[in-house]
Amino acid sequence: MTRGRALEVFDVSKQFGSYRALDHVSFTIDENEFFTLLGPSGCGKTTLLRMIAGFESPTSGAILLYGKEIAGLPPEKRKVNTVFQSYALFPHMTLAQNIAFGLENLGWDKARRDARVGEMLDLVHMSDFAARNPLQLSGGQRQRIALARALATEPQILLLDEPLSALDLKLRQAMRDELRQLQRQTGITFVFVTHDQDEALDMSDRICVLGDGQIQQIGTPSEIYEDPENRFVADFIGETNFLDGTVVSVDGDKARVKTPFGFDITTFQKGVTGPGPVTVSLRPEKIGMAEQATGNSLTGTIAGRNYMGGFTHYTVDVSGILLRVSRRNDVSHADSFDIGQTVPLGFRDDSARVLAR
Amino acid sequence: MTVLRSFRFWGLVPAWAIMLFTLIIPVGIVIGVSFAERGAYGGFEWSANIDSYRELLFSLGWTDELEFTPKYLIIIGRTLALGLATTAICMILALPVAYIIAQSPGRWKPLLIYLVTLPFWVSMIVRVYAWLIILGNNGLAEKLWRFVGGGEIDTFLFTPGAMLAGMVYSYIPLMVLPVFAAIEKLDPALLEASHDLYGNRWVTLRKIILPLTWPGLAAGAILVFVPAIGTVLEPMLLGGGKLMMMGTLIQSQFGGARNWPFGAAIALVLMAIVVVLLMLNARRASRKEALL
Amino acid sequence: MNRATDVRHYPGARLVTLIFFIWLYLPIGVVVWYSFNENRLVSVWSGFSTKWYAAALENKALLAALEVSFIVAVIATIGATLIALCAAMVLSRAPRRGIFQLSEAVVNMPLMLPEIVVAVAVLILFSQIGLTNGMLKLILAHTAFCTPFAFLPIRARMQGMTLEMEEAARDLFASPWVAFRRVTLPMIAPGVFAGAMLAFVISMDDFITSNLLNSGGSTTLPVYIFGLIKRGTTPELNAISTLMIIASLIIATAALVMSSRAMTRD
Repeated sequence: MTRGRALEVFDVSKQFGSYRALDHVSFTIDENEFFTLLGPSGCGKTTLLRMIAGFESPTSGAILLYGKEIAGLPPEKRKVNTVFQSYALFPHMTLAQNIAFGLENLGWDKARRDARVGEMLDLVHMSDFAARNPLQLSGGQRQRIALARALATEPQILLLDEPLSALDLKLRQAMRDELRQLQRQTGITFVFVTHDQDEALDMSDRICVLGDGQIQQIGTPSEIYEDPENRFVADFIGETNFLDGTVVSVDGDKARVKTPFGFDITTFQKGVTGPGPVTVSLRPEKIGMAEQATGNSLTGTIAGRNYMGGFTHYTVDVSGILLRVSRRNDVSHADSFDIGQTVPLGFRDDSARVLAR
Repeated sequence: MTVLRSFRFWGLVPAWAIMLFTLIIPVGIVIGVSFAERGAYGGFEWSANIDSYRELLFSLGWTDELEFTPKYLIIIGRTLALGLATTAICMILALPVAYIIAQSPGRWKPLLIYLVTLPFWVSMIVRVYAWLIILGNNGLAEKLWRFVGGGEIDTFLFTPGAMLAGMVYSYIPLMVLPVFAAIEKLDPALLEASHDLYGNRWVTLRKIILPLTWPGLAAGAILVFVPAIGTVLEPMLLGGGKLMMMGTLIQSQFGGARNWPFGAAIALVLMAIVVVLLMLNARRASRKEALL
Repeated sequence: MNRATDVRHYPGARLVTLIFFIWLYLPIGVVVWYSFNENRLVSVWSGFSTKWYAAALENKALLAALEVSFIVAVIATIGATLIALCAAMVLSRAPRRGIFQLSEAVVNMPLMLPEIVVAVAVLILFSQIGLTNGMLKLILAHTAFCTPFAFLPIRARMQGMTLEMEEAARDLFASPWVAFRRVTLPMIAPGVFAGAMLAFVISMDDFITSNLLNSGGSTTLPVYIFGLIKRGTTPELNAISTLMIIASLIIATAALVMSSRAMTRD
């Protein structure tokens, strides 16, 4: 499938006084893509979004929308719409008036506007609410109207600024599916900003992980999780154990590493060029315990236990190294490992990842 | 963002223009006039002497020597005393009232606040006039006095007490509102915590409620004290014009007595008192900000 | 809850509050009550009558003073509200330092100085520059001291409105002017209305400045009433006062209803 390039961010930096919010950021977003900017607060993701929307301008670099430079254009001259974190629904207008606002500014006549508003209300399943005031709505309903308002003008790109953060947990889960479905239905390119890794992994076609104003990694959700580019990504996405290792030899994208457990493993590596100290990342769910143990075997003593329902998280002491191990509770009341108990553990070579220091 | 760059300049121009023309430049002129000489036929002639300020404390005796006269100091003293008394009474009254309003059920609150502010919208002169009737001959105050068996009384009017009554009545809403705002922010859990830690009501009032509502009380004190020491209507009507305050003294220098430089000098003394007060308050506020 | 265990209960506070409210409304009640007194002496009740209202409404000088007050108040209100709106637009979006902080202090300056000082100052200025038009003098002075009263509610309203609303409008293809007219202005309208009401009442009510600037043909209502009071209390004065009280109540209620509606809309 060939896709056009919807947005190109080229070597963009943003300086606030002495603080560098974004540092030479470049990436390309394809048409119809669900693209997520993920990072901890203060990583520059919201600044980036506001620059695409036109509320901030880059200190240097270029932003191209379908090949045209937009960095100097005011927000009303860009076919880009935003779903604001607080939704920013106009409280003195009805829902229908809110949705029609952008269309009016684009000069649509009344008949076309009304038809479009009806369509949009249908799309978000809120047709009965047209004459209501935004203040009468629940959080989820506000979110839908904010979406309908931003989508009504058929923007070339829809920007979403942490739109789920104001919702409670159950609703958030439901809205994820709804957002994803809406994106497929409308075929509009979504740029989604979040600090929530679960949201990002669940919804995105591709994720761009930002940290300290720089791009740490861009990739599909599984690439980001399974093959993190560096320690920052491995640490920020999901949970992991970081072990000190020493590279013995490198062979293409694989490396042979001496582990602190006394044996060597051969597995995929990122950024390692030759022998020397490295970090080995080993995710808790990739370590099997007792009958779930496979591959390299270890023995440890249970030092801590957190029962999570579907899973139990153990902290296991393997000759002085504390390993976090996640165990699936696949049998009812099978949670029979106590603190102090000695258990066998195991992991396969290729479930570990070698990262440059 | 939406405010255009050029509007950031032009938007402020009208405000600066009117304030420069009717406030900043005129106050500058007042400073100049206070050092001027009294004109032969009213008005003033520019010069640079401190006669006006000397006149506050001294008058020329029979043989042209300076004699200390406390006449104006008494007026300044009366003004400050009445201003402080007004502020203190307003504080003592406002605290329980604001407390009760803050505690009242949600739907009552706006109504009670409305009732507090309502008299404030009624014209000042009407409110002072009302007290003239109440305190006047055969008025409600005298009837009440006789009813409770008070002794013979000439009149309540034309006394500092009458002026004080009118001033408290005029300015009390300015105290209730900020105190209410401060008490409303008070988390009821703090009172419960105080009692939980063995504090009784008195301790809780002194150590929890008062310190936490102090910013409101201070704001109210400024709001009441500043207009109170500049007031004109109460001394003229309830004080009968005999018991002067600084406001009436200033006004009289521009009316009958016509000594503009002296009037300007008193106006500056009044302004200086207010400015010092505001500066102290700003320092208190900024110190508090530094703590938070 | 039992009062003894209710930690929020303070004995006596309720009683003080009750007395406070009676005391607050007693003087107003007395004025209204005696305005219907048939007797020429204010405090001697001799029967119900509305004749003093008729006398008040036929008083030519009173109506002339009312007209002066009204014209001055309307023009000063419009001027002060426009000045305040422009200033609030800038100051609520600008950093709170430097020239902006100073400008904010300047706008609020009439609130910080005793009115008599400002009144004396403008009197001297007007006499120095030879401004003799009484109405113009009043309008200029009133516009200045009404400005902060119009400014504060507008400023508060703009502060409560997130920048996101304006950004959302711009994002939906509105030019800065359209964003102001269709989003910002309607959203701050209750504040603008409350500010204008406040400015109007403050202007109508002013005594100190108007009295000092008073000249033939520019006697305002409070200054005229003051003159009447100096000549002695009469039931006609009570009738005039009652009419003024009623007018104040109507304006105050309108302003409060608007601003409370504004609050529930947030």
